Amino acid sequence: MSIELRYFASLREALGQADETLELPAGVDTVGALRAHLAARGETWARLAPGHNVRAAVNHAMVGDDAAVQGGDEVAFFPPVTGG
Amino acid sequence: MRTIKVQEADFDGGALTRALGAGRTDVGAVATFTGLVRGASDGVEEMTLEHYPGMTEQSLGEIVEQAERRWQVLGVTVIHRVGALKPGDQIVYVGVASAHRGDAFAACEFIMDYLKTRAPFWKKETTVDGTRWVDARDTDDAAAARWEDVEMRR
Repeated sequence: MSIELRYFASLREALGQADETLELPAGVDTVGALRAHLAARGETWARLAPGHNVRAAVNHAMVGDDAAVQGGDEVAFFPPVTGG
Repeated sequence: MRTIKVQEADFDGGALTRALGAGRTDVGAVATFTGLVRGASDGVEEMTLEHYPGMTEQSLGEIVEQAERRWQVLGVTVIHRVGALKPGDQIVYVGVASAHRGDAFAACEFIMDYLKTRAPFWKKETTVDGTRWVDARDTDDAAAARWEDVEMRR
């Protein structure tokens, strides 16, 4: 089962990509687990590690690290918002 | 009546405000907020607004729904611009129509406070020194958090 990942603003620039499709590894079923999985890719990705100042949204709703992630979801990561 | 738009184009605040009360006699107050791009003293030459299409409209809709649940609101208009803006340009408009000013003022301020902390917009400033992403402010979080203690009106 795969998910769609999207990155925004300074995070998108740091990672050098705006989106990707990811085959969800076994055992990765929460936002926190997904963050840890992506952070393990290396130095640039370490900024996604749980505890870092990165926010997450699943299917357009802002969520915490406990939120469930499953195949077909659109998961977005981004820095704290600064509109208005 | 609810109008929520994310757009590159500028907006006419006067026309938006008049539209909130046009053709009805139950509106006794329209409170509005217009945000402008600050420049000169901050050294900002240009501001670029990025957003998350799809999520932006949804989160603004949820913020407006919350305002409608908390206060007696007869109409809400939220316009947020994206793309490249210059100092002095209008960036955001929030207008709330109500029977009475208290509800209109409070709902308008609530929507702005929540927009600043919950709607997926990001600002990137261009100054003489280059470009930089604007950091989120703790004061914005504090402004939004104070509404959590406000007793629900209904």
